[in-house]
Amino acid sequence: MAFAVKLVNLEAKVEQCPPLVEEETYRENLKKLRELLLPPVKEVVLRSPKKIVKVGGEYVLYRHELRYMNPTAIAIDIDDSMDRDAILKRIERIEKFEYEYVGQKLKLDLIAIRSTTNDPKQFAKTVQIVSENSSLPLILCSLNPTVIEAGLNVLTQNYKPLIYAATKDNWRELAELAKRFETALAIASPGDLDTLVSLVKTISEGYGIEDLVLDPGTFVGPNGLAYTLKAFTWLRYKATYDLWKYTGYPLLGTPISAWTLVEGDVTDKMWWEAVLATMLTTRYADILIMHSLEGWVLLPQVMWRFGLYTDPRKPVAVPPGVREIGKPNEMSPVLVTTNYALTYSIVMSDLEKSKINAWLIVIDTEGLAVDVSVAAKKFTGDKVLEVLKSSKLDEKVKHRILIIPGKAARVSGDIEDVTGWKVVVGPMDSNEISKFLDKIWASEKLKELTQT
Amino acid sequence: MSEHKQRKNVSEKSGRDEDVQRVSEVIGVLAKIAEALEKGIVELYNIDINIDEVELKLPLQILETLPIPVAITPPPKAVAEAKPEVQAGVAVAKAVEVVGKKVVELMTLAFEEPKLKFVGKVVEVKLGATRSEGGTRDRVIVLGGHELPPYYYLTGYKPPYPPAFGGDVFDMKISLPRAVRIVFGDALDNPEEWARIWVNKFGAEAVDLHLISTDPSIKDSPPEEAVKNVDRILQAVKVPVIAGGSGNPEKDVAVFNKVVEAFPSEGIVINSLNLDMDLEKVCPNIAKTNAVVIDFSPMSVEKAEEINRKVYTWIPRNRIMLDLNIGGIGYGTEYGFTAMERARLGALLGNELLQHPFNVGAANAWGAREAWMAMDPYWGPREIRGPLWETLTCIICLLAGADYFMMLHPLSVKVMKSLREYLFSEPKPRDPEKALDWLSAKIPVV
Repeated sequence: MAFAVKLVNLEAKVEQCPPLVEEETYRENLKKLRELLLPPVKEVVLRSPKKIVKVGGEYVLYRHELRYMNPTAIAIDIDDSMDRDAILKRIERIEKFEYEYVGQKLKLDLIAIRSTTNDPKQFAKTVQIVSENSSLPLILCSLNPTVIEAGLNVLTQNYKPLIYAATKDNWRELAELAKRFETALAIASPGDLDTLVSLVKTISEGYGIEDLVLDPGTFVGPNGLAYTLKAFTWLRYKATYDLWKYTGYPLLGTPISAWTLVEGDVTDKMWWEAVLATMLTTRYADILIMHSLEGWVLLPQVMWRFGLYTDPRKPVAVPPGVREIGKPNEMSPVLVTTNYALTYSIVMSDLEKSKINAWLIVIDTEGLAVDVSVAAKKFTGDKVLEVLKSSKLDEKVKHRILIIPGKAARVSGDIEDVTGWKVVVGPMDSNEISKFLDKIWASEKLKELTQT
Repeated sequence: MSEHKQRKNVSEKSGRDEDVQRVSEVIGVLAKIAEALEKGIVELYNIDINIDEVELKLPLQILETLPIPVAITPPPKAVAEAKPEVQAGVAVAKAVEVVGKKVVELMTLAFEEPKLKFVGKVVEVKLGATRSEGGTRDRVIVLGGHELPPYYYLTGYKPPYPPAFGGDVFDMKISLPRAVRIVFGDALDNPEEWARIWVNKFGAEAVDLHLISTDPSIKDSPPEEAVKNVDRILQAVKVPVIAGGSGNPEKDVAVFNKVVEAFPSEGIVINSLNLDMDLEKVCPNIAKTNAVVIDFSPMSVEKAEEINRKVYTWIPRNRIMLDLNIGGIGYGTEYGFTAMERARLGALLGNELLQHPFNVGAANAWGAREAWMAMDPYWGPREIRGPLWETLTCIICLLAGADYFMMLHPLSVKVMKSLREYLFSEPKPRDPEKALDWLSAKIPVV
């Protein structure tokens, strides 16, 4: 029973029950079980020789119904009018994009190669350069089958790219290419959901192609943006609630459309590209094709994607306890923070950067940040006392001073009452701790503190 | 190849023996083709093979020496040569295609619109009061009334009231992000001027006055002064006014009591009530006026039910909004987002305790370090990051169903107003084919 519950919550896999897999008598049931556990949104795998990116595989419409599975993959474009140097430079920027957050490295996932020349040779050359110089899986973008075929011809067999896209006009040719080269295939039907699902039925049943990705069209401005939101929502609703198989595929959005559809200067276009990306990530897109490589456009996207795809059943928390920063001694300052993973990792990285020696008390706020835990009464004297006692920190330091976050000022009295330690309210942000300690942890000031 | 020049039709045959015979014939043909492929060019005439699937297994040596092309397909147009390691695979694929080709026709299908069944309805709440209603506001804002989840665009349903956007003003000088300081300049020292700029220049639809000077740990200014400050804003602008406390539960009770007593008919919005407060000491007085309250329950749907249930004792449901709190992107946005989605679904499924419009303190977005901190130049100027962070945090809340937004930066308000216009227009793209323009467009690389 326990195993069954885990199975349903996707915390265990069928393979973890050997008799079920190995014994002949269960074969029929195993097959049924596997079908039952299949996500209503098919998981599609894109591959380069070095990397695998999974998209889709979603079970639910709302995050709280279970959790979202494969984070929205972000592709950045390269076009075939770029010269070799420009391509190499862009690849480097794409691959080097990285932001450290909660101990994770947030990165970009895919490269989308566009054909602006419509010249098969030029496209093949570009695909070749990209595949030789980038480790990322690819999306080959053109409506011209000859161009796509030229690109596919230069990829080795351990690539599984996504072809973008089959439309009402070229679907036969592109379906045949996808079949022949065993690639994933995007179907684009901007503004027309009937045609979209007709193409899905035709290509999945007529050609047996199951690795499909659907693009109902990304628009901006009046009428268009509303349509995009509607189409993404309807598609994912039909897949997860009605289990309608013709909608049960990953969805692709193109924030890059902001560059052709938004009037205005470059900053306007980037701004709207960021807006589109956040909207589409929130409303069910599994792949985004983007153009901007500006840090400010991409940073909120990768951070929001990370948050949205965390498991809502588990707060992002670290274990409570005492951490040593540098080489603390009996007179080193004692700081207090929460066990929310983000708060913790920011405080840790600020402390490590500042090269100070200190004790850091991490209290169990059940994974809540400082301000929220104060409001929710999880940042309390009792919680601090718990760690002081269990870690025997009171035996390791001679002073009796606690420095708490500025955002926890309101509970300083409670912490003093419960612990009996003097509480000093620290800065609002942990990047000022070092400056703060320079001022307060000087010997004279310290005397003052210990005496009062 | 004369033996190939006879018509064959495999699919119509019945009877096991016949089938076997036909299949073997086909296999024979295939074998001949394979043989021919080894030698060179194949020409097929008058062959009509109608089969579902053909698996062609060619011996390996053949593959390695397999010449192309196969003459039955139109010769491939000039394309770049396949790399040596994939040539064999490509050739086989082409051969299979030739033999197994069958014509697929488009199977048409209609997309049936989702059918959603909900029974609950979010109450309609009015902020502010006009002269005819006993107040002095030129405009009021009505929020809520939803019967379906946000932005589903089902035929025949239009959400009755769009979201609204208010501008934050503080009753004393506090430290604000640079991006905000440069926009409002000296007005930051003068709440009335700040409010006027918000409404007249930046189109704020309401003003959120935060009475933080009343905080005992800041200035501990008395409730009487809070009343004066609210009055100054009510005089300066004619939009609805939200009066926010300091977050100190005891002091807020005193401040809110005085404020509603002084302005009983202005439709003032009280921000906010929470479970730490002595609700019976403040709710009865609010009930006597036409003020609206925001019930605050940080990221907890359960506590939201609890506080609403308590507040119902005194205050009618259509004068209650709900705030489930939000953090900036990267700082817990997903908690507030999911709490809102859950609460709104619960409301529509009939849970009356949750049928209230949502307030969002979008200015919280600035709590994200990425919104205000100087970072490596690659991440762009904070003057852009800040408003963008606030805007994107608002968008996430909007999609979860948020109704009223308290905002700090005018650029965020401007973008959200455009977005509202776009999202409340008919969902029908004017030029559908333009969605694919990006595919072949020359886009500048910045």
